Amino acid sequence: MRPFVRPVPSTWWLKRRVYFLFILRELTSVFIAVYLILFLNLLYQLSLGRQAYEIYLDFLATPGMIVFHVIALVAALYHTITWFGLLPNIIVVRIGENRVSSKLITGANYVPWIAVSAIIFLILKG
Amino acid sequence: MSKETITLEVLRYRPEQEQEPTFQLYESEYREDWVVLDAINHIKDHIDGTLSYRWSCRMGVCGSCGMMINGEPKLSCAAFLRDYYPNPIRVEPLANFPIERDLVIVMDDFMEKLTSVKPWILREQEMPISEGEYRQTPAELARYKQFSMCMNCMLCYSACPVSALEPDFIGPAAIALAHRYNLDSRDQGRSWREQVLSTEEGIWACTYVGTCTTVCPVNVDPAGAIQQEKMSITAEWFKGVLMPWKGR
Repeated sequence: MRPFVRPVPSTWWLKRRVYFLFILRELTSVFIAVYLILFLNLLYQLSLGRQAYEIYLDFLATPGMIVFHVIALVAALYHTITWFGLLPNIIVVRIGENRVSSKLITGANYVPWIAVSAIIFLILKG
Repeated sequence: MSKETITLEVLRYRPEQEQEPTFQLYESEYREDWVVLDAINHIKDHIDGTLSYRWSCRMGVCGSCGMMINGEPKLSCAAFLRDYYPNPIRVEPLANFPIERDLVIVMDDFMEKLTSVKPWILREQEMPISEGEYRQTPAELARYKQFSMCMNCMLCYSACPVSALEPDFIGPAAIALAHRYNLDSRDQGRSWREQVLSTEEGIWACTYVGTCTTVCPVNVDPAGAIQQEKMSITAEWFKGVLMPWKGR
């Protein structure tokens, strides 16, 4: 017997739409990681004093940084929405023989997300 | 009137005469109510008796006839020719498994993985027969029933890119079946199975692509099973850290 092992091409993730969307989803974490580094640096600059903080704010207001933040926001939204969509398969709540509906589980995650976002928005606005 | 036909491009591998697999074209009779397996059986009976493949029940129960049909893992008994006709259909052995011959894959590795999670009821101590059967309420049955439908057809392994890239991954079906027994009120093997499941080759290798669930012909949802195991093993771990006096 001489079994034949088929090689896995490095382009495997282009073979199916689902694989591609999965890789896209994994890639969103890169943008979120870079965003967090910029954010931590913001706090660090703040600790150095007003001048350092304002110079950094000017840097964040450059067109390149604004474009990056818009992309990072889209990435974070894509990641969050797809993740909330998957949650009903992970969180199983049973009442007797029946499972609590997936809409309720997803909804229960959207509510605090939107509430916290709204509070942060109000604080920033105020 | 001449009979309608459909072209099947079948991947063939005859290790005694060729180094690697090649496609062979067959012109099979086409009937509207035929599935791909019917066409392959027709080829075997009337055109080329040397074609090798696995099949048994012909009705989506046994899980033997899984093949890649136009690149999608499917039970060939459940893939109707009319959904592809008049285009040719490409038939290959299940992806992510070594090919033994033609459409027959080597499944030894899967069988070992399946056995490694002990997919049967484990008891710390068996109840003597005189005490009767292990009883279960409908609600207790409902917890695991979905995962008990698995028929080991291995389509989920063919759909899983992690299985393709990390051959040691225990894989969707084996973990789903481990989960099925972990959820069973009669079973006491959870902590034993955890030693196999909570490893780099077990649940933590899964990145939740989710295609195992989409290709499953009996709606087992192996991807859900794996994530649910991640949740319960993580919860157990936190319990152990926060309340060490409780023991496990």
